[in-house]
Amino acid sequence: MVQYTRAQIDASFAALSDATRRGVLERLGLADASITDLAEKFDMTLTGMKKHVAILEEAGLVITEKVGRVRTCRLGRRRLEDATGWIERYRQLWDARFDELDRVVEELKHKEKDDGRKKRE
Amino acid sequence: MDARRENEPTMKIQNPTTVERKGERELVVTRTFDAPARIVFEAWTKPELFKRWWVPKSMGMSLVSFEADIRAGGSYRLVFSLDGGKTTVPFFGKYLEVTPHSRLVWSNEENPEGAAISTVTFTEKGGKTLLVLSELHPSKASCDGGIDAAEGLREQFGQLDELLVTLG
Repeated sequence: MVQYTRAQIDASFAALSDATRRGVLERLGLADASITDLAEKFDMTLTGMKKHVAILEEAGLVITEKVGRVRTCRLGRRRLEDATGWIERYRQLWDARFDELDRVVEELKHKEKDDGRKKRE
Repeated sequence: MDARRENEPTMKIQNPTTVERKGERELVVTRTFDAPARIVFEAWTKPELFKRWWVPKSMGMSLVSFEADIRAGGSYRLVFSLDGGKTTVPFFGKYLEVTPHSRLVWSNEENPEGAAISTVTFTEKGGKTLLVLSELHPSKASCDGGIDAAEGLREQFGQLDELLVTLG
């Protein structure tokens, strides 16, 4: 199945898989910018840009801060080769996955109990 | 069943997931499940169940397809999608060992630099199951970040790193 140690599957990969988002990172490298600025620069809707920024933010590549009604974006300082951060992200992925597996397991447990009850009835 | 589940306490405390690096090429993930091994094994080896948890929603990705012939020598192929389907990433390999309720071993062959081997064991104790998953990588570099799982990606990350260095 999947190697979660690999870039494809973590948030950074998802964040970098899109040309617009790479462009946003480059842009923010030059200067901080509001989401409105970025939407204009990349000729897209505010909603569209918000989504891109949210993905970059989740990956730790961008930090946003709301001052008044304006949300300003700047580059995150997280380095991709930061080993500790990387292992922690890897752990989080497995944790999220196993939380979902837990749900499936609980469901199977209940189903088994129900089936057992029916058999005895 | 759903109606009944809603009446149950929803604040179930999750068991912790731990990750340990062993040597240069291996990562070990552990987690305990409050269920017998046969149930955890079933959730892992029935494709329709596996599909429900392997791609957690919080990852911002979705599973496009999953085909698997879960027996020793059988193969599997998983396709993930990013960006709502614009980019898809395939993962594939073979099951090397399938021992009901206790052990699964498979290869991950999508990396052209060499296959990684995943081993998962299910150990039942007192009605609970300790799950231990090991990922043995072909090289230290692959284990380090797998950031080089695909050449194109390595390039992308390299470029970003350079960019971040310049900007930092």
